[in-house]
Amino acid sequence: MNTTVTPFQHRHAAHCESGAAANLMTHHGAKLSEAMAFGLSSALSFAYLPFIKLTGFPLIAYRMPPKFILKGMSKPFQAHFRFETFRAPEAGMRRLDELLAQGQVVGLQTSVFWLPYFPEDMRFHFNAHNLLVYGKDGDDYLISDPVADLPQRCASADLQRARFAKGALAPKGLLYFLEGVGRTEVRAEAVKSAIKKTVRIMLGPIPLIGVRGMRMLANRVAKLDTSEHSLNYVGHIVRMQEEIGTGGAGFRFIYAAFLQEAAQITGLTELSVLSERLNETGDGWREFALKAARMIKGRESFEPKKLADMLRGQAERETEFFRALKTAVA
Amino acid sequence: MDVNDVPQEGNCTLGSHRKALYAKDAEGMMVIVPSRGSEVDETVTMQAVHRMNALAEEAKTRVLAGQSAPLEYWMCARRMDVALLSQISGIWQWRIRRHFNPQRFSQLSPRLLARYAEALGLTTAQLQTRP
Repeated sequence: MNTTVTPFQHRHAAHCESGAAANLMTHHGAKLSEAMAFGLSSALSFAYLPFIKLTGFPLIAYRMPPKFILKGMSKPFQAHFRFETFRAPEAGMRRLDELLAQGQVVGLQTSVFWLPYFPEDMRFHFNAHNLLVYGKDGDDYLISDPVADLPQRCASADLQRARFAKGALAPKGLLYFLEGVGRTEVRAEAVKSAIKKTVRIMLGPIPLIGVRGMRMLANRVAKLDTSEHSLNYVGHIVRMQEEIGTGGAGFRFIYAAFLQEAAQITGLTELSVLSERLNETGDGWREFALKAARMIKGRESFEPKKLADMLRGQAERETEFFRALKTAVA
Repeated sequence: MDVNDVPQEGNCTLGSHRKALYAKDAEGMMVIVPSRGSEVDETVTMQAVHRMNALAEEAKTRVLAGQSAPLEYWMCARRMDVALLSQISGIWQWRIRRHFNPQRFSQLSPRLLARYAEALGLTTAQLQTRP
């Protein structure tokens, strides 16, 4: 039986892409936390995209689009990523085996639905999941899935299916690996410019993006009636926030962790104070989720207006927060 | 969020998995804490799962009553809707809806059946079986 395994340190992460990026960079000598990968690539965001439908509901994202974090590693670390997609699944699997035989740790974009190690109730059609493969044992691939606390295994037929799933954000067998890392330390300059970029995104002029997107969503929620469909709509918002890879509150906490590290790297003590403030914003998102869940469970009467007000409050708090952040790194 | 506030209520949808959450420890440092999940997450995930299961049940009833083809049931059972199945199979939505007609479905060409089966991750025989 064929076995190839590259020694690799699996680390549990809150989010698949920042986890994959951080673990891959660390494997190549640039020691990097998940929070640093997330913050350094300016991945924190908010977007309300009503024209993209997921099972009939709008896409609400709390971070930048897929591949943004990986690409965000290039400049600060002079990292050379290689991305490859394939037309034929067989070719994609052959290439993966070839890279593993060379001792590479390989990143993959996959569907969640077709990964058998995912819990049944978490399997839905989402195509932009990231995971790392560090070996093969017989017919099984050895997988470091950042959102799983332990390494996983996956049979080759299942992995092939997940890599070549079709539909929105189809991965087309995308694999990626690092060809080299030019710099292993994080520079203060890179941290500052990443923060400035996040501020620009969050306070930017486009109505659907950043804090203005939160207000648009609040207006939409305020218009909901009290039907079953509206309850599902609210459940969908919370699910996008807490469960699916877009992680609203979670990303605020990750970014707070990043700001703590950033304070040390840049010597700007103000950033640790702001980290604390963002923590509170994250708690605000959790309160919103809790309120919504109570309404869904029928423990509280369903009042869309109340939820809308909470969203507006979040928008207000984040506006002030990002203004303060802007001043801090100016 | 403080380390002690990290939800450990248990979320049945996570199976044996744990989620990594960031929280503040006693020294005020942000650290990763594995979480067993919260009731909030469980509520909204189960709401979505129940909705999908209910759709599959309804489709099943229709198929057994001869009002719809097994295709509709399998689509729902795979947690897809017509729009998604259309994207995945490359077959127009209105054609898929037509193929929900049991009579039309029974006359589908092997090629078209194979396309549906591939999109749904089934064998052609499974696709033609009533639920």
